[in-house]
Amino acid sequence: MKSAIIVFPGTNREQDIRVALRQASGTDPLLVFHLETSLPEVDLIVLPGGFAHGDYLRCGAMAARSPIVQDVVAKAKRGVPVLGVCNGFQVLTETGLLPGALMRNADLKFVCRNVDLRVETSQSIFTSGLSEGEVMNVPVAHHDGNYFADPETLDRLEGEGRVAFRYCAPGGAVDGTGNPNGSARNIAGIFNESKTVLGMMPHPEDAVDPLHGGTGGRGLFDGIVRALS
Amino acid sequence: MKAKVHITLKTGVLDPQGKAIAHALGSLGFGGVDEVRQGKYIELDLAETDPAKAKAAVDDMCKKLLANTVIENYTVEVVG
Amino acid sequence: MTASEASRRNIAITPEIVAEHGLTKEEYDRVLKIMGREPTITELGIFSVMWSEHCSYKSSRIWLKTLPTKGPRVIQGPGENAGVVDIGDGQAAIFKIESHNHPSFIEPYQGAATGVGGILRDVFTMGARPIANMNALRFGEPSHPKTKHLISGVVSGIGGYGNSVGVPTVGGETNFDPSYNGNILVNAMTVGLAHTDHIFYSKAAGVGNPVVYVGAKTGRDGIHGATMASAEFTDDSEEKRPTVQVGDPFTEKLLIEACLELMQEDAIVAIQDMGAAGLTSSSVEMASKGELGIELEIDRVPMRETGMTPYEVMLSESQERMLIVLKPEAEAKAKAIFEKWELDFAVIGRLTDSGNLVLKMHGETYADIPVAPLVAEAPEYDRPWVPTEKPAPVAAADLKRDIGVLDALKELVGGPHLSSRRWIWEQYDHLVMGNTVQRPGGDSAVVRIDGTAKGIAITTDCTPRYCYAHPETGGAQAVAESWRNLTAVGAEPIAVTNNLNFGNPQRPEIMGQLVGCIKGMGDACRALDFPVVSGNVSLYNETNGKGILPTPVIGGVGLLPDVARQATLALRKAGETLVLIGDHAGWLGSSLYLQEIEDRREGAPPPVDLAAERRNGDFVRAQIRAGALSAVHDLSDGGLLVAVAEMAMAGRLGATLDPTAIGKELTAWCFGEDQARYVVATANPDALLAAAKAAGVPAARVGSTGGAELTVAGVGAISVETLRTAHEGWFPAFMAAQTTA
Repeated sequence: MKSAIIVFPGTNREQDIRVALRQASGTDPLLVFHLETSLPEVDLIVLPGGFAHGDYLRCGAMAARSPIVQDVVAKAKRGVPVLGVCNGFQVLTETGLLPGALMRNADLKFVCRNVDLRVETSQSIFTSGLSEGEVMNVPVAHHDGNYFADPETLDRLEGEGRVAFRYCAPGGAVDGTGNPNGSARNIAGIFNESKTVLGMMPHPEDAVDPLHGGTGGRGLFDGIVRALS
Repeated sequence: MKAKVHITLKTGVLDPQGKAIAHALGSLGFGGVDEVRQGKYIELDLAETDPAKAKAAVDDMCKKLLANTVIENYTVEVVG
Repeated sequence: MTASEASRRNIAITPEIVAEHGLTKEEYDRVLKIMGREPTITELGIFSVMWSEHCSYKSSRIWLKTLPTKGPRVIQGPGENAGVVDIGDGQAAIFKIESHNHPSFIEPYQGAATGVGGILRDVFTMGARPIANMNALRFGEPSHPKTKHLISGVVSGIGGYGNSVGVPTVGGETNFDPSYNGNILVNAMTVGLAHTDHIFYSKAAGVGNPVVYVGAKTGRDGIHGATMASAEFTDDSEEKRPTVQVGDPFTEKLLIEACLELMQEDAIVAIQDMGAAGLTSSSVEMASKGELGIELEIDRVPMRETGMTPYEVMLSESQERMLIVLKPEAEAKAKAIFEKWELDFAVIGRLTDSGNLVLKMHGETYADIPVAPLVAEAPEYDRPWVPTEKPAPVAAADLKRDIGVLDALKELVGGPHLSSRRWIWEQYDHLVMGNTVQRPGGDSAVVRIDGTAKGIAITTDCTPRYCYAHPETGGAQAVAESWRNLTAVGAEPIAVTNNLNFGNPQRPEIMGQLVGCIKGMGDACRALDFPVVSGNVSLYNETNGKGILPTPVIGGVGLLPDVARQATLALRKAGETLVLIGDHAGWLGSSLYLQEIEDRREGAPPPVDLAAERRNGDFVRAQIRAGALSAVHDLSDGGLLVAVAEMAMAGRLGATLDPTAIGKELTAWCFGEDQARYVVATANPDALLAAAKAAGVPAARVGSTGGAELTVAGVGAISVETLRTAHEGWFPAFMAAQTTA
């Protein structure tokens, strides 16, 4: 599987996800600097975590307007899979590839901790290695991860099976307890209409090695590699 | 000329920062504050001299970058 | 008249202007002698910042010289931007700790944020990619009206900067004491990783070589920041707010990437970050180390504001800036790298053979100072000092309050001093870079060296109440505890950086604290082969004549050859034996128990036996590496019972302690703070005890693991979840509570 990770000025988790993808696929992903205007043909495009352009103005806003991201959007519309993690999710909502927005966390504080995620569907290239209802323990690390969309959009996302992950209690119950940021309906990750674009706030790439304290993120990457190889 | 852009959250969009400010005002003893909404104010110095053209240009800037129209409203004021 | 008005008019230097610049009459006489004439205002400004306590260490230098700074792993000791130690395989760890106390009190968010930015630059200036941040924080008492506001601002400032630059903040410490009410301490530490053959220094070389300014533009931020950091606070200090610098972590992140990219090229002769006293100290230090002159054209400095004078440009403390001496042929390549990262790049001067710092603007000379005497003749004081007398010990029989040990335990672990700091460290991205293998909350943080099995262990330590009671003991204890915390995760302690926070050194009792702590530190560093490779001194930490507790923070760094062989404090398995390593006298003087439970701040602190420390620690480390221990925790604040409770809470597993065999007073046994001790859990106690005996290390069974309760045999039990709730609950509840104004 060939993958490309876009690096913006201010991106800071490109190495984390590079290691996770390399571990899963055996191939080193390309790192593509934001000044490039087009991407090579790859099987997966990744928008990694960080603070692109300082996250000044709004998280992901300036990155979403950069030339390289116009090419990402064009390729995504052609069906090339795109994974946006954390800041990458914010960029994807700013481009309009994914609906809604990521707002300041409900308690206004940056939050870095492990959370439990319930896998809502295995029917996608990203989650095909996971089972519906499975609980993944992975970290979050963000200041603006509070997913917002109007009720009609939320209904549509749910109705079309486009919610990928929800924050949950350790046993998998989706209630008030596991939500670290106030996200609407505990949403932690969503797909576009064709389920070829996934945006998620948590960092599965920081849970792929027993030394990370857990390997809850590994299944996701292994599944992606199997689906795209 | 100068353009002044005010960006505010749309009605119905949760504003945790505004809520925190309202809460803090209450605890400082300022009663009677029903709601606080926090927004952004951006000032632009423009080379354009035609007010209508300037306004149109800034409007476009708001749509394309300065505001996220999924969650935000904006107003543009152009001053000589 | 403000200094900037004066600089525009270039007026005569009056005694008032000299005093405003913090120079004594004697110091100014020395300036006149060096210059052979009256200085210009720009020159006076330069002398003033270079000779400030902050830059010249004039009160502490003669004592700092007594600290051991060499060792087989030391590549660079104090005197550069940061210390450098060899960690094998051609790799080096580069680290330093630095205070940003006064700015953080005035504007907690920006003060703390720029503190992080500054220490990061000290480390990547030398060619290292920063891989971990730590911070040691001291706040006033929780009930003080400003404490919450300060905590909230400092924590979000550290997070706001560190999270954005993408360096994990992996640990630290937070204490409360009324002596910090008007003078908090914010000490930030960075550890970076470099190749031993690719380390960059600040010594300029090559007459004619270009002097290049890179990074952010210069504004009027923080002018007089360095002198502010050397002046006591009075109640009107809050008026100094405008001089506080504002940090831009995004620019810092670009600066890191650009500098590290340039360092891959054969381009740099010397490099120095612009920290306190900005362009002045960076240019002077480079020239001084290279025994050269330097000529700068101030007009070429990228400026953010109009109408800035040479005085303002030289004294500005705008953040995210570096000064580089380039090889002339590398100029174009360097420029391209900085432009790629959208940073300013300007050749602002050249090295000369004049030996002078010459500043020109619009063709006019504003300063012409001989560099050698500016540095070499900086004042150095042997200030009068009085030693602190060692108080009498406190005997267990003197305890007054009748409280059960389990109630006392709950009060301690659920109180301000020992409660969980999760509220703080969850606001720090402690995972970015994907190499954090021991998160905050343990004895030391551990980060893996990317692509290897090796790990760096890091800890910050100081027990100010010991330092206050008896500085020499306290100084030694801070070093010993740092060494012990590194050992407790299985690391070989390598070297330390120190941050000496004290009150006004012109008062002999405060100077006595500084001298005592340095003596104790020096003894401990020598005995433990734990040299000091970098550090920072922050004096005049007092408000309205009242000094802080002496707080010499030790930032310790250790090496783990294999992170898979690290130890953590969490109990893992039921049915194991708890063994106490180390001698046990039940020392109560200056203990946290005495302070918190009996409200008594008295008694001699626990003695530090450095030979025992070394012997016991070497034994524990060897046992960890042999895989004999399933959990390890060092004993410090709160003693044995608190340590076992922390292990139980971390592992969510109960334990039983059996004091019956000990024959000591129960409270002293539970809460005494004797040094050089560890609690370990093992499945094979007989082998461990036999090995301890063979090594001459005191070791005794003290209990076992299992169940859901922490039990003290013959006394009672408390559920681990109850303790955990109290332990985790204090900080969030404190921060959420309404401040009563």
